[in-house]
Amino acid sequence: MADTSATNAFVEFERVQKSYDGENLVVKDLNLSMPKGEFLTMLGPSGSGKTTCLMMLAGFETATHGDIRLDGKSINNIPPHKRGIGMVFQNYALFPHMTVAENLAFPLEVRKIGKSVREEKVKIALDRVQMGDFGGRRPAQLSGGQQQRVALARALVFEPELVLMDEPLGALDKQLRETLQFEITHLAHELGITVVYVTHDQTEALTMSDRVAVFENGRIQQLAPPDQLYEEPENSFVAQFIGENNTLEGVVKEIKGGTCLVQLDGGGLIEAKPINVTQAGERTRVSIRPERVEFNKDRMPEGAHTLKAEVLEFVYMGDIFRTRLRVAGTDNFIIKTRNAPDQVRLQPGQQIEIGWLAEDCRALDA
Amino acid sequence: MSDTVDATNTPGEKSGPVLAADGTPLKRSLRRALRRQKMSALLLIAPLLIFILITFIAPIADMLFRSVENEIVQDTLPRTTAILETWDSESGSIPDAPVFKALYQDIFIAQERKLHTRLGSRLNYELTGASSLFRKSGRGVGDIGEVYQDQFEDMNAFWKKGENWNDILGSDAWLAEIKSWKKSSGQAQPPFELRADIAEILPETAAFYKIFADFTQNEKNSNLYKKDPWELIYSSFYDDLTGANAARIDTYTGPGAAELSEAKTAAASFETVDYKVAFGDIDKDWVKMPIWDTIRAYSPRFTNGYFLNAVDMQKSEDGPELRPENQRIYYTLFMRTLFMSSVITISCILLGYPVGWILANLPARTANLLMILVLLPFWTSLLVRTSAWKVMLQQQGVVNDTLVWLGIVADDSRLALINNQTGTIIAMTHILLPFMILPLYSVMQTIPPSYLRAAKSLGATNWTAFWRVYFPQSVPGIGAGSILVFILSIGYYITPEIVGGTTGTFISNRIAYHISSSLNWGLAAALGAILLAVVLGLYYAYDKIVGIDNVKLGG
Repeated sequence: MADTSATNAFVEFERVQKSYDGENLVVKDLNLSMPKGEFLTMLGPSGSGKTTCLMMLAGFETATHGDIRLDGKSINNIPPHKRGIGMVFQNYALFPHMTVAENLAFPLEVRKIGKSVREEKVKIALDRVQMGDFGGRRPAQLSGGQQQRVALARALVFEPELVLMDEPLGALDKQLRETLQFEITHLAHELGITVVYVTHDQTEALTMSDRVAVFENGRIQQLAPPDQLYEEPENSFVAQFIGENNTLEGVVKEIKGGTCLVQLDGGGLIEAKPINVTQAGERTRVSIRPERVEFNKDRMPEGAHTLKAEVLEFVYMGDIFRTRLRVAGTDNFIIKTRNAPDQVRLQPGQQIEIGWLAEDCRALDA
Repeated sequence: MSDTVDATNTPGEKSGPVLAADGTPLKRSLRRALRRQKMSALLLIAPLLIFILITFIAPIADMLFRSVENEIVQDTLPRTTAILETWDSESGSIPDAPVFKALYQDIFIAQERKLHTRLGSRLNYELTGASSLFRKSGRGVGDIGEVYQDQFEDMNAFWKKGENWNDILGSDAWLAEIKSWKKSSGQAQPPFELRADIAEILPETAAFYKIFADFTQNEKNSNLYKKDPWELIYSSFYDDLTGANAARIDTYTGPGAAELSEAKTAAASFETVDYKVAFGDIDKDWVKMPIWDTIRAYSPRFTNGYFLNAVDMQKSEDGPELRPENQRIYYTLFMRTLFMSSVITISCILLGYPVGWILANLPARTANLLMILVLLPFWTSLLVRTSAWKVMLQQQGVVNDTLVWLGIVADDSRLALINNQTGTIIAMTHILLPFMILPLYSVMQTIPPSYLRAAKSLGATNWTAFWRVYFPQSVPGIGAGSILVFILSIGYYITPEIVGGTTGTFISNRIAYHISSSLNWGLAAALGAILLAVVLGLYYAYDKIVGIDNVKLGG
């Protein structure tokens, strides 16, 4: 869980709970602490409570219990317009009756900033997102990507220290999304702002963030940097949710040192790294990433436990091959291999042996 | 562009129109393909189009036409108006004898046809007393004609009988037919034909007899041959006998030639009628200027008189002028209608806006329930709702009782809330409120809540966020609602009629009065046309200022 004792925390959630109907908690006991300048992503399926957290931070929802602090001060009772938090919305929320420049001038106007300064700041902000020539246009005359750039510029124009983004790229096509992901992270680091970013797209979360908080069922399941999240999931939800993952169910036979032996339900015995298992006899789900599975006898890591497998399907995906296998009673075991000149293309029906390193194989909760 | 297309599509040709696969020009085949769609679309709307044309557009066009149409004067008094054209109305003296003679002829025919009272009431709109003048004159013209009739009949009983007149004036062929015709046969009566040359020998008599014959045969459906002629025939007969053409009578050789010759001799010593004096005897108004000015002013087939009347003006010697102060009502009424409609529209905005806001921001279930409450008045009869206000607002009504009970109003100074402007405004605001709420609601529903959030996150207070961001986006709803409410209220009739009393009525109540009570349809049509013009004018102004594409009734 998050480190709530951090002294340099800029944004802090402490024991925050939220309920809409008085019966169910949408956010359960949330503790989170962010240092200044961090790019944190809240990732999770819809209904997991991530957007609610963002709205509580922005001030549009009030926490049922707990404390939310910004720069050391509790903001529970501060109305949204006094929090000085920039926000980018999913549907951009550009005011349709104002031009792009007027949209950007709006936060400055309400802060009673003089006209000349205002115009200068608007110009700088528009140039920053390469939209300098579009000041006179209406939002409706812009494409989705352009609108998102303007929305970003508007959230940044009044120089907030914290910017919240609520699935800002959700409505854009893949290529544009990738370009903008890159631009947003660069801008954030360049300006040194703290960003809380909400998305349900895990690729987005992994590529953009300093840290990712995986939400499920109102709780943070894991809060970690992207690589750690991917390679060392702490529970089977995170393992399933982040990236593609093979799961084998079984019972822990014995734990010794840094490894454990797991007797699979579908037959076979494998070695794994115990994460959420503490004693023999416990049920467990063993998680292994498709790209860490080896089937080439010559390259098989030393001491790896192997399992018999039958090739069911071979899919050519360009840079990689994706092969579906039947392993230990499950038909959904995937392996991914790089498309290299010496790579073998498996044929359906072929019988092979697969294996992996014990440390790549994590025994998680059942 | 077309060159490149040609080059790729049909390599052989260098220029010319783009061709479809079968070689016909592409434009033509596109038109052909679309024509079928257009035709079926037209067929689908045809029933409604025809229905609207017949039952709505045509009557309105007819009604608007009535506001300028004025054929009744010329149709009823054709001879009088023809001669009056040469009369110098500025001379200050009433017209000469020939006009009175023509007037006698016109009114005689009109009273036989029972049209003189209609003309009387038409002219009565312009000149009070015209109606009774014409009614009196209709009764009086018979006496004028009798002077000659009696003299001719006293001279020779031959002139008493219709058969004899027909024998002289009818053609031989017609006489043969009419004599063998029986009413009981069921066949149509043979139409009257003048004897050849008789129109030259007895021009006036022939002309009026033809009118008499047509009237008797076609309108009265009685046997012309047995019918005794009008008094008018005798007076025109006298005119012919003593007129410039009298010498020709001797050339006549047909039936009754002897009697004709005798009459010609006798007529010279007949007692004559001075038509001017005779009309003066019927009513003194005939020898005064006003009626003649009015008839002359309203002789043309088309008139602006109704429109002048509708804006409190009248025709005068020196062109249109304002009516006397105590006769001006329409300007005040128009202004009152516009003023009260504006007040009603503004009240509807003030009351409807918060309701629309709440409906748009509640969860769908609750909003639908509340929407039913908004729509509920629609399902109640308009008359019932208006009458309910009568109960509520009267001096001993629920509202006053409550105010007295609360001690806000003293018992002896209860508020007058009905039968005045207040009553009309209250009742109509209530009745038209849904027309404001519905467009407001549907427009507000389309404004995402994220706009308000965005504004607040950018630092705007609740009020600024509302006023700078939300309100401008709800303006199309206000516009649509206002146009609906304003245009509906400007033509509202039932509610002001019931609760408006005398000070709270609209122009439409006056139009209804002219349609159903005073029967001055021309004026009603003129008022309606002005009302229509005002509405269209306001619509145009709205389009210019706000833009009609800014009106939204929904998403």
